[in-house]
Amino acid sequence: MSSSRTSPSTGLTGAAQFPHRHLTGISGLQPHEIAFLLDEAEQWVDLNRSASKHDDRLAGLTQINAFFENSTRTLLSFEIAGKRLGADVVNMHAAQSSVKKGETLIDTAVTLNAMRADIIVIRHSSSGAVQLIADKVDCPVLNAGDGWHEHPTQALLDALTIRRRFGTIAGLKVAICGDVLHSRVARSNILALTALAAEVRVIAPPTLTPTAIERMGVTPYTDFNQGIAGVDVVMMLRLQNERMNGGFIPSPREYHALYGLTPERLEKAAPHALVMHPGPMNRGVEIDSSVADDPKRSAITEQVEMGVAVRMACLDVLTRRRRGVEGWA
Amino acid sequence: MSFRAIINAEIVSGLSAPYRGDILVNEGTVQQIGAIDIPADAEILDAKGKLVAPGIIDLGVFAIDKPAFRAGGITRAALMPDQSLPLDDPGLIQRAAASGKPEIWVHPMAAATRGLKGLEIAEFALMQMDGAVAVSTGRGWIADSGVMQRVLAYAAPLGLTVIAHAEDDGLTRGAVATAGETATRLGLPHAPAIAEAMAISRDVYLAELTGASIHFRQVTTAAGFAAIRAAKARGVKVSCGITPAHLNLSDIAMSDFRTFAHLSPPLRDESDRQAALEAIADGTIDVLCSGHDPRGPEDKRLPFADAAPGMAGAETLLALSLGLVRDDLIDYARLFALLAANPATILGIDAGVLAVGMPADLIILDPGAPWKIDTARLAARAGNTPFDGLPVQGKVLHMMKGGQLIS
Repeated sequence: MSSSRTSPSTGLTGAAQFPHRHLTGISGLQPHEIAFLLDEAEQWVDLNRSASKHDDRLAGLTQINAFFENSTRTLLSFEIAGKRLGADVVNMHAAQSSVKKGETLIDTAVTLNAMRADIIVIRHSSSGAVQLIADKVDCPVLNAGDGWHEHPTQALLDALTIRRRFGTIAGLKVAICGDVLHSRVARSNILALTALAAEVRVIAPPTLTPTAIERMGVTPYTDFNQGIAGVDVVMMLRLQNERMNGGFIPSPREYHALYGLTPERLEKAAPHALVMHPGPMNRGVEIDSSVADDPKRSAITEQVEMGVAVRMACLDVLTRRRRGVEGWA
Repeated sequence: MSFRAIINAEIVSGLSAPYRGDILVNEGTVQQIGAIDIPADAEILDAKGKLVAPGIIDLGVFAIDKPAFRAGGITRAALMPDQSLPLDDPGLIQRAAASGKPEIWVHPMAAATRGLKGLEIAEFALMQMDGAVAVSTGRGWIADSGVMQRVLAYAAPLGLTVIAHAEDDGLTRGAVATAGETATRLGLPHAPAIAEAMAISRDVYLAELTGASIHFRQVTTAAGFAAIRAAKARGVKVSCGITPAHLNLSDIAMSDFRTFAHLSPPLRDESDRQAALEAIADGTIDVLCSGHDPRGPEDKRLPFADAAPGMAGAETLLALSLGLVRDDLIDYARLFALLAANPATILGIDAGVLAVGMPADLIILDPGAPWKIDTARLAARAGNTPFDGLPVQGKVLHMMKGGQLIS
């Protein structure tokens, strides 16, 4: 099987290439481990573009997508990824679960564990919730977003998108723009991109810039025009509705005036600059439609495509031990 | 009456450096200390050269947890008004005051405002008649400056110290961590550390204005200590305390989302921890307390931000505090001023030092006895300690409350 081969860049074989039981975050991953997941995802990009789009390696395994927070696209992406690998995929939505009836998160985790899930994908509104569950179950746990903390597969799909466009990530200038304070996407991306030696800037209003963010190895900017100057990648973040009206910023229109990605602002970036957004977009607030829909600049639909491939890679790699794959058991 | 003599004691009176001597106890009080005449019928307790010190007076516990208090050498505990029914009524105070006797004395603190809601002042005077020893704002800050002014003004002539919580709620509402690298990396709601100094500044001006005594149960930041020092220098009747958590741990202890390190106020950065050690050494801090708040899994086995703050601290207070003596930050006399004499003064109770005529509330301890803090083996109602696994030294061998040995 291809997965037991030796990595040409690290000389590592089998499980030594990714010795983690869970994927709770980018934090704790070595640069070569991030690169390994990206390499693994490439084959799934190819498969997903082929006619059959199917592989059976997860046949007989049960994948539970436990989403304690509403999501459409991430849930769909994980469901498709699991099904393309042949897993039995079950979705659990918080809205229809006993979590609403006062059951604790731990009790829910124990219940899922007792149903003998082979891999659990979790999204939760509290930072650290996924780690809490990972400590209580026997199977691998994959973080699909916890509070403001991490969203590792988003960072991986963003990294894959960038790497496929530029051939490398090292040395690229990347600006992450918007509500960095409340963004797990920003945190995971900062960790992944700095690990892969990109030069990362964050551009945010002062009220949405986390304290000591420079300690994560990035340069903060409050002036969008300064921050975007010469960057290779402009990564926009979604601004949540509830933060828009007087809480953290005065109004959507003032936000757009200062921090919206307009064609004029994009001019200040490098001529080849790539525009990214994790979706769903607030068109006309953080990003203008003319930028989002420009096929020469926008990688937004490509990100969605890479998302399925990256999640297939993560599901495959994390279940290799259970499946007894040579070199991983 | 039966006499009891404690012989071969290394006496830490709280008044002077330790000295070798004996203590004669009768009718619940210390009759003689130092060189004593032992009556023929006295029951003898040989301290075998171990330390004999005043029983700890723990200023600010959230639960009456006798096994934990006994293990920790706590003979008196000042109970926070934050109970399932807030202590804002004389009947509740009376019941709380009686709840620990005879082995532990519980000194309830009256809620500063009805229901601890921060709006209307409670019946301090009636509660004082039923045993309340202080007025407390509870876990929270009183946001309305006018209400706080009236609380202080009303408490002052009654001789009741106001025990305050120092966090400006406008900054800290919803926050579970101190702003900084750790909170940012973990993605936890956070507030700047200066929220503490802002709260202290307002409250010491109001205390100065009204002539009231104010005690901040926990001060944990460099800016907070600066505000306390400045107020003391101006002559404001102010004092402050701290728990061993903020002396021993920084916010890095929250990494991995360990909810046992979810405290209120939250753990601070390393420079604030160093400032706290300085404030212990230079006398800025007046009280060491446990903040004892046992919390079971229903409160702690949750995501970090959803978990309740607080730690079970009663049993570890003494051992962790003895570390300050071993590290040469303070001597034994100052240690027991922090643990017993000062809290007694603040609460206005006749206890906290070993002297003739004082209650025979004392502990015999081996300051060098090693043990390991183990969540699963604590005597407390719940084992939520952020110090799980830490090797410490210092064990209580015997405890005496009102002349009676407590087992």
